[in-house]
Amino acid sequence: MRISRRILAGLATASLAVTATSCGGGGTSGSFDDTVTVGILHSLSGTMAISESTLVDTEKMAIEEINAAGGVKVGGKSYKIEYIVEDGASDWPTFAEKSKKLIDQDGVPVVFGGWTSASRKAMLPVYESKDAFLYYPIQYEAQECSNNIFYTGATPNQQSEPATDFMYKRSPAAGGDFFLVGSDYVFPRTSNTITKAQVKQLGGKVVGEDYLPLGNTEVAPIISKIKKALPEGGIIINTLNGDQNVAFFKQIQDAGITPSSGYYVMNYSIAEEEISTIGPEFLEGHYGAWNYMMSIDTPASKKFAKSFKKRWGADRVVADPQESAYNMVYLWKQAVEDAGTFDDNAVREALVGQKFDAPQGPVEVMPNHHLSQTVRIGEINAEGGFTILEETGVVLPQAWNQKHPSSKGFACDWTDPSKGEKYKL
Amino acid sequence: MELLLDSLFNGVAIGSVLLVAALGLAIVFGLMGVINLAHGELMMLGAYTTYVTQLIFKLPVLKPFYNSYIIVSIFLAFIVSGVVGILLEKTIIRKLYGSPLETLLATWGVSLILQQFVRSVPLAYGTGLVISLLIGLFLPTTFPSKIKESINYKYFKFSSWIFAALTGVLTGSVISSSVSKLSRASARNVDVTAPSWMRGQVEIIGTAFPKTRLMIIIITLISVVAITLFLNQSAWGMRIRAVTQNRQMSDCLGISTEKVDIITFGIGSGLAGVAGVAVSLLGSVGPNVGGNYIVGCFMVVVLGGVGNLLGTVLASFGIGIMTDLIGAGRLLSIWPDMPLPLSNTINFFATTSMARVMIFALIVIFLQFKPTGLFPQKGRMVEN
Repeated sequence: MRISRRILAGLATASLAVTATSCGGGGTSGSFDDTVTVGILHSLSGTMAISESTLVDTEKMAIEEINAAGGVKVGGKSYKIEYIVEDGASDWPTFAEKSKKLIDQDGVPVVFGGWTSASRKAMLPVYESKDAFLYYPIQYEAQECSNNIFYTGATPNQQSEPATDFMYKRSPAAGGDFFLVGSDYVFPRTSNTITKAQVKQLGGKVVGEDYLPLGNTEVAPIISKIKKALPEGGIIINTLNGDQNVAFFKQIQDAGITPSSGYYVMNYSIAEEEISTIGPEFLEGHYGAWNYMMSIDTPASKKFAKSFKKRWGADRVVADPQESAYNMVYLWKQAVEDAGTFDDNAVREALVGQKFDAPQGPVEVMPNHHLSQTVRIGEINAEGGFTILEETGVVLPQAWNQKHPSSKGFACDWTDPSKGEKYKL
Repeated sequence: MELLLDSLFNGVAIGSVLLVAALGLAIVFGLMGVINLAHGELMMLGAYTTYVTQLIFKLPVLKPFYNSYIIVSIFLAFIVSGVVGILLEKTIIRKLYGSPLETLLATWGVSLILQQFVRSVPLAYGTGLVISLLIGLFLPTTFPSKIKESINYKYFKFSSWIFAALTGVLTGSVISSSVSKLSRASARNVDVTAPSWMRGQVEIIGTAFPKTRLMIIIITLISVVAITLFLNQSAWGMRIRAVTQNRQMSDCLGISTEKVDIITFGIGSGLAGVAGVAVSLLGSVGPNVGGNYIVGCFMVVVLGGVGNLLGTVLASFGIGIMTDLIGAGRLLSIWPDMPLPLSNTINFFATTSMARVMIFALIVIFLQFKPTGLFPQKGRMVEN
């Protein structure tokens, strides 16, 4: 009897704890004048949960840091930030539905959310029709510029373009031919269209291109094509998604496609988190391009990595998407304080021009709702991190890519009503 | 020549992955007629067994034998998936024989449960649970017949389950305290690294072949030979074939159909576990790993003709060789100066995703003409 009562009590506490974590960020404390509740919307279940839950952890950490430093100060009052976490369940219509719920039912002034382009495309009409504001933290294919979304990840000219340039001019395989491999969906295909145009401009040659359907791990035909197209080694640009990378790198290593035999792979979707999953022994000597790498040797970067490990466990790593998620919470806070209100339109105006000393270095919000960022090229080392080889200066974001045939000569500017989403330069 | 050899090897390599994955299903679905949608998850359990074995072999005690862990894990995976399969048969599928729709739904449910299980239960305790099941199911069969016949048998059986549960909890906590990676639940995909002797390439007749692929081909060959010998040469194999052909008559002749069902299902599930070891060498191991193969497995079995092992073998190698021919654009290198429209068409299909479309289309067309597959079953059984 005693035991069962104890179990019951335990269950009750556990379920209370669950409700508490799922419904809000703790109770109000006495030192704040008021509270403001924001929305966090990522997949906590399904295939994307592994990646997206790291963003939830980072956003919670940023909010806790802001609260510990006195909260958001608006109009002489200090507000404690609370949050509602919703689960997008790796299902794109669910993202739209939960967005509606957060905006209409909970009345949150801002939603931090999304990972895949498909989820963003599903949410976009909701935010536009309700004139609400979404902060989206992932490096993506661009070719989009909404007044109601703020993008803190890299656009292709802040990731793939400097990377292609590096591979063609300064890598050990410089001047070699290119082979493009990707998963079969929108990001790799758009990114590769841009890469092909760029390689042509540089005077190089793309000798092959192949896409692996999502979920497929049979790489054998791609390997024979690579060997046929690049018999003496060359440059491989890899935009495969998640687990498909594991199959790809295991199998190309077995087939002798390695840096030591002259094949160098540049990756756009492999960050520290993925390196530890795939195993550094398969990736050593290949390359990656990101705005943030954990090995950046600055106090801001070290502090970010250290507080994340302190909050969530010593074996955790931080990577570029998390850094973007961290930045966007702080940028929102700054914009709100500058605007002096939580009202969307005022905050949106105050947001452009906001500067922040991010873990990657200084970033600034541009009129096209994207961030100016630093690009880094790194070589993957045996310890599972990047050895940073080069660093660009601050690169301005292009929402409409200047190498993609469909968007060449266009730009986006939300500060000027006559320009807007897409205007001719 | 080199091209042909390369293409043949690639085709066989792709085909053997399909074959080893479909072999268990060829038995469960082909011979027993059970539509087991949890087949992919039994493969997943095999793949996770490889991962757990790998970590356990990294412990100081077993470190000297680390290079052989992959061989050990083949047997362990067979046992683990086999035991889970037997439990599945005993608790769910047995009650649903003859109602394929319900079986389909129930096994799909089981597949979801198994996926969630590996996401939310620490692997150390998962291992403990499997060990409990193993002991609980098999310890009673080792009792002398004197005990089995006594009226207190149920108490003996009950106490053997208690013993099994205790052993399971004990091994679970021992593993979780000694291997920290297994002590926490994680939805993250994990990685099996082949031992060093299995990495890299080996040269055969002047062409280099990846060793892991050769290993998979060998695993597949051994499985096919072993299962053919078992079905055709052993007494239990004969009973299985008898029950497949005419269940009622076999029952009348004194064959325990219940036992035959358990053994058949156990072997089919065990082979799924072996397939799990093979696929863990190619990609990462995660809750969804089996789901990626399940459609291919059913495709191979249906194409080969339900209930015919030879058909399954030929169908997998056929699909493998076709995948390589179309997907890698081999026809172009065999016949470089073909007319332009033809070479454009071939180029269009020469990507992995389009090759898949093409192969499915060809299979659909083929099944229009031969709806029962390459080798349809003949005889009276078909008419029932």
